[in-house]
Amino acid sequence: MLRLALKMLFGDTLKYAMLVAGLFFATFLMAQQSAVFCGLMNWTTATIKNVPAPIWVVESKVEQVNETNPMRDTDVGLVRSVDSVAWASPIYSGIQRVRLANGAFKVIQLIGIDPTTLAGAPAEMIEGRLEDLRLPNTVIIDDLAVERLSLTPKDKKTHIKVGDLFEINDLEARVVGITRAMRSFTGGPYVWTTYERALQYSPPSRKMLCAVIAAPKPGITAEAAAAEIERTTGLRAFVNTSFTMDAKAGAREFNTSTVWFYIENTGIPISFGITVIVGLIVGMAISCQTFYSFVVENMKHLGALKAMGASNGILCLMLLVQSLTVGVVGFGLGMMATAGFAFGAMAKQQPPFYMPWAVLPCVFVVIVGICMLAALLGIWRVSRYEPAMVFRG
Amino acid sequence: MKADPTKHAVKIDGIVKSFGDGESKLKVLKGIHLEAEDGRILMLVGPSGCGKTTLISIIAGTMDTDEGTIDVFGSPLHSMKKSAITKFRADNIGFIFQSFNLIPTLDCAENVSVPLLIQGVPWNAAQKKARAILEKVGLGDRWHHRPNQLSGGQQQRVAIARAMVHEPRLIICDEPTAALDAKSGALVMELFHDVARVPGRAVIIVTHDNRIFKYADRIASMNDGQIVEVHEVDDSNPLPEFHH
Repeated sequence: MLRLALKMLFGDTLKYAMLVAGLFFATFLMAQQSAVFCGLMNWTTATIKNVPAPIWVVESKVEQVNETNPMRDTDVGLVRSVDSVAWASPIYSGIQRVRLANGAFKVIQLIGIDPTTLAGAPAEMIEGRLEDLRLPNTVIIDDLAVERLSLTPKDKKTHIKVGDLFEINDLEARVVGITRAMRSFTGGPYVWTTYERALQYSPPSRKMLCAVIAAPKPGITAEAAAAEIERTTGLRAFVNTSFTMDAKAGAREFNTSTVWFYIENTGIPISFGITVIVGLIVGMAISCQTFYSFVVENMKHLGALKAMGASNGILCLMLLVQSLTVGVVGFGLGMMATAGFAFGAMAKQQPPFYMPWAVLPCVFVVIVGICMLAALLGIWRVSRYEPAMVFRG
Repeated sequence: MKADPTKHAVKIDGIVKSFGDGESKLKVLKGIHLEAEDGRILMLVGPSGCGKTTLISIIAGTMDTDEGTIDVFGSPLHSMKKSAITKFRADNIGFIFQSFNLIPTLDCAENVSVPLLIQGVPWNAAQKKARAILEKVGLGDRWHHRPNQLSGGQQQRVAIARAMVHEPRLIICDEPTAALDAKSGALVMELFHDVARVPGRAVIIVTHDNRIFKYADRIASMNDGQIVEVHEVDDSNPLPEFHH
């Protein structure tokens, strides 16, 4: 009977296509928008990912990585003095302006790192040597800067390369390396230099230290070390692992803290949430309405099956199989379209796209829910249909 | 569940059926007594609204009764549970509907195999048997056609094949020739004539079509919810004048 149900479904090509289209649309909208949202949230933590360190120590009121409350230079020493800390280095992080040869200005995310240890240096060099950062007036730029800081970004021949010069706040900067880095939330490319040079490139102020990165001694967890740093120094210490839904662990995790800050303090989740809900509603409306009309149109035949001895249970199972089949097909096509979008987004590095594994089962559950709802409407109609009605035309 | 053989295929005693409540209550069947026998065709005739459809719905087990008893091949439908009646229908009753009720998205063989699939027969075996029975009704070469590719007469033959494929003991037909021209109607009735003449099988036909009365073994005339006349048809007792 289930094969019969599928033949009945596939035989009505128009209805089948409409049902699949509704669920495809819902799947694509929910998965793609969720992934773009997660990608955008991921971008907010780009600095933490581009400046790898197990522990980030910041000013006591800081809630997220893009908030750079100034600290005293002596705070580096304070952190180093904590028993459980193996090493600690200063970090400068700030948005600065670059002047190109044609006089145009571009915004960059300037990172200053300790020249001795190079702690906080980019992890993956594409070109050049990290050690050359110790040379005078040198910087390492990310792959986005190669395009953004060139005079004609669309012409690859004019892209900035190792050895080229530009100005940061009227001071010369020479490119000695190109690295691969995650894009920042603000859209500016990352430029690394030494801590002291970063202070020279930036407008002076009384306190300029933005953060201290640190690592725990062997045998001590980052969480324990961070807790001790907070106890001892009065500064705020975060660990750098990955986003977590665990409220307790998330309170000390910098990625989690940063993402929650943006969720709670910006309209971004509402905007994306509305799109996801619209996808859900439109998918639900199209699918439920189409499936219900499919059932109503087939009522005469379903009634005949009932008269011929098909139980309500069998008919319900048939409707569920039909509904879930279009659900699985619609979901599959929707995810394929999402994957296509993802490949495009990743190749161009925008729009941001990051799909946590949980998005896939969540969207599937929602689609199955829509299918079940659509099937339930049909089941309600079929179960109320008296088989004797089939004799009345 | 196959029914026990009895001398009467269907035995109805004092069936009463009403619809509605209170002042709007309408008594459709007012104490029906009727019997249908093995190997014979019983036709129910009468004007529209006289209760024919209600009566065959009750005989088919698709509708409850208010009063009276109904025995189909030894099974008391009036006292059986709904689930048991559903199973009984699947095993013992074949249906032929006025508008054929063939599923348009299935081919002939798949349509015919439906009663077997309801019984739980595997797909391939059901298709094989369906094609064999289509051969018997003269549509062996059309098994892969969809209903809309067939004429009305051919569609009704597919419906007959569907009604017979699971070898039911009772075949219930609702106006089987109403949608057919005279020639197709005659062909269909010839087919009925053959399939009904099997011991242990009975055919009940509801019809308005007086052209097919000659195929009946017994004609029960209904009026206003009652059987007003039962006429046995044979060579010594031809159709009464009004039946022509």
